[in-house]
Amino acid sequence: MIQGLLTVSAVILSLSILLALYRVAKGPSMPDRVLALDMIGINLISLVAVVSLIQETTAYLEVFLLLGILAFIGTVALSKFIEKGVVIERRRD
Amino acid sequence: MKSNDVILQTVANIVLFIILMFSVFLFFNGHHEPGGGFIGGLMTSSALVLLLLAYDLETVKRILPVDFKLVTAAGLLVAVGTGMGSFFFGAPFLSQTYDYFHFPVLGELELATALIFDVGVYLVVVGITLTIIQTIGEDR
Repeated sequence: MIQGLLTVSAVILSLSILLALYRVAKGPSMPDRVLALDMIGINLISLVAVVSLIQETTAYLEVFLLLGILAFIGTVALSKFIEKGVVIERRRD
Repeated sequence: MKSNDVILQTVANIVLFIILMFSVFLFFNGHHEPGGGFIGGLMTSSALVLLLLAYDLETVKRILPVDFKLVTAAGLLVAVGTGMGSFFFGAPFLSQTYDYFHFPVLGELELATALIFDVGVYLVVVGITLTIIQTIGEDR
């Protein structure tokens, strides 16, 4: 019962990642793609959580925090590149 | 155009310490569970990259006046030193040992000499990633 529910939710999360991938490929502007990549990162966290429940292990617990931090830093870097043209400034005015 | 990054800077000031604590946790977790010197060093350098994104290169150099090439050299020296240290006890190169110690607050802990080798790996990873990023970030 629980295993079936977890499998169904994993399939739904995979479908959501696929829809976000369509937005990454099609998206007319650059911010659309950045937001879709951020959404893929958040969905991956949920998918890893569901997979760790299916396999009944706690070995993936660090992966959630790691994916959250990396998705945040990647999104901030891409947004800064879109807004200012440089990722790391030499001297802020 | 003058831009205002007050939200990004405020968030970075708080999140920086969370990421640093997480990297220390990953570093000390590596003996029995997933983690270790490599991923701990990568998380520390990603925290400093967040600081570089929120502020600029010269501010980070002012609040953290460290030459990261020297950090890499110190890490390699520590790693080789743990390997050479086993010669003093008549053991082969890089052989390791462990023992149990009693601490006042923490209780009984297992301390292994592999931890000192991990410190070397940590310093090398932090030094090399930040040297690469700072060198690429300098646009002049």
